Amino acid sequence: MKKGKTNWLITGLLIAGSLLILFPLYLAVTISFKTPEEMGKSLLALPEQWNFSNYAQAIELTNFFQAMGNSLFITIFVVVLTLLTNSMVAYAIARNMHKKFYKFIFYYLVSAMFIPFPIIMLPIVKQTAQWNLDNLVGLIFLYVVYGLAFNVFLYVGYIKSIPAELEEAAIVDGASTWVVFWKVIFPLLMPMNATVGILTTLWAWNDFMLPLVIISDRELSTLPLVQFVFQGQFSTDYNLAFSSYLMALAPMILVYIIAQKWIISGVTKGAIK
Amino acid sequence: MKSRQRAFMLMTIPALILFFIFHTYPALQGIYYSFTDYKGYGEWNFVGLKNYFNVFQDERALQAYGFTFKFAIIATILVNIFSLVIAIGLNSKIKFSKTLRAVYFLPNILSILIVGYIFNFIFTFFIPDIAQALGINALAENILGKPDAAWIGIIVVSVWQGVAFNTILYLAGLVTIPEELYEAASIDGAGTWKKFWSITFPLIAPFFTINMVLAMKNFLMVFDHIMAMTGGGPGTSTESISLLIFRGGFEGGEFAYQSANAVIYFLVIVIISVVQLRYLQRREVEL
Repeated sequence: MKKGKTNWLITGLLIAGSLLILFPLYLAVTISFKTPEEMGKSLLALPEQWNFSNYAQAIELTNFFQAMGNSLFITIFVVVLTLLTNSMVAYAIARNMHKKFYKFIFYYLVSAMFIPFPIIMLPIVKQTAQWNLDNLVGLIFLYVVYGLAFNVFLYVGYIKSIPAELEEAAIVDGASTWVVFWKVIFPLLMPMNATVGILTTLWAWNDFMLPLVIISDRELSTLPLVQFVFQGQFSTDYNLAFSSYLMALAPMILVYIIAQKWIISGVTKGAIK
Repeated sequence: MKSRQRAFMLMTIPALILFFIFHTYPALQGIYYSFTDYKGYGEWNFVGLKNYFNVFQDERALQAYGFTFKFAIIATILVNIFSLVIAIGLNSKIKFSKTLRAVYFLPNILSILIVGYIFNFIFTFFIPDIAQALGINALAENILGKPDAAWIGIIVVSVWQGVAFNTILYLAGLVTIPEELYEAASIDGAGTWKKFWSITFPLIAPFFTINMVLAMKNFLMVFDHIMAMTGGGPGTSTESISLLIFRGGFEGGEFAYQSANAVIYFLVIVIISVVQLRYLQRREVEL
């Protein structure tokens, strides 16, 4: 596609810049394997012995597997439910934008993007507690509902670019609107589903504020939430803390390494529409 | 055709009701409570606009607004400059372009809370360690511990992470610019700078608008970064509005008062976003 010579100057600058991104991670990895004594000698050096005991301790201290289970549970359900429901809402809106009612719904949902979470934070905590939703199910529910604001915006833009003739053929054949949506539209939405899926995964997995205010039961803590112990009673044990941080970051990094090409192009597609 | 309309209704109405119950209704409740003296429990009375007047006289709230604005404006500008530069770099004829793209997008997938913890360590131990060895006194102390410098640390982390997403958005815009335009400009004798201002920048104007508005909105809502790095300190020097509402509302028994603060905060964000959109979009049309 591109002609001409490689620009080595820019390549070099970009490589140098990328070290700024990788360096904090390098530091985190090496420190997580060190002992406090080794840290005293040099912060930069590789560990003399790769010492896994920090990891074992961190797993116990944070109840790591339970927290990861909670995070996984939330993320999987949120992503699946978001894709199935938010796309459907957007489809109905996109195909009826000429009607006042649907136009109103569209702007109603999209304008909610600008409502800062703190304005609903205090009442929603009371509400979820009263309705027994101060648990993982409630959290999943809230993510799916709150996602509507941005996802409808993304989906509607995309659905508008899908020609209506494709659906008309199916309707003439007697397919109901539901069948049209699931059999014709939903498969065509795959590029946008990828975008929404990726953004939703990142949100549900990394979010800190919503679990912080909704979840009070320690057993239901998510991964970002359990890292909090290192701010209090274990605040001086950095080796332990860093192994815990890395374990919390690792699942996302692994997924990213495997699927990065796909993730980046997914996000890019969301941007172009 | 009637069944078609019914299906569309069934697709939207339940979602709409849920959205109202779990988003709009709490928001309205927050507005309602902002006119009372409700502490989050117990008896309460209407107090009219008293909470609102008090917010404007509250040193701590004003400081939180000051800090949040300063932070959001500087972070937005820096993020956009860096991401535009990096995107242009990634879009030029370079080697390892896929790998570099992957590395530059990496921060976006990481939890900012945990990234903040890691940087907290870097500011507390690593930088002072190096600075002492090199004899740079200005950096020999933890900047997060200095009331007038802690915000810089938070900016560094926010930019470090925020650049990733905006870079990808800019890149998405840059790849749509046809190569021929640059070639034509080269033939006309345009230099790199000229090409940037008369081709690149105008053509990615819509991406510039969306990046500026999104970045500003997100940085005005800053929370995780601060929880992870300073907890609002030293003192209250890095307390953002979100953090203040969270603390006062949940821990300080200021449910109603902080609700009023949240309403003001909401209005501020809407006004800034609308003004930004208007101004930047007008620029787009002119070009």
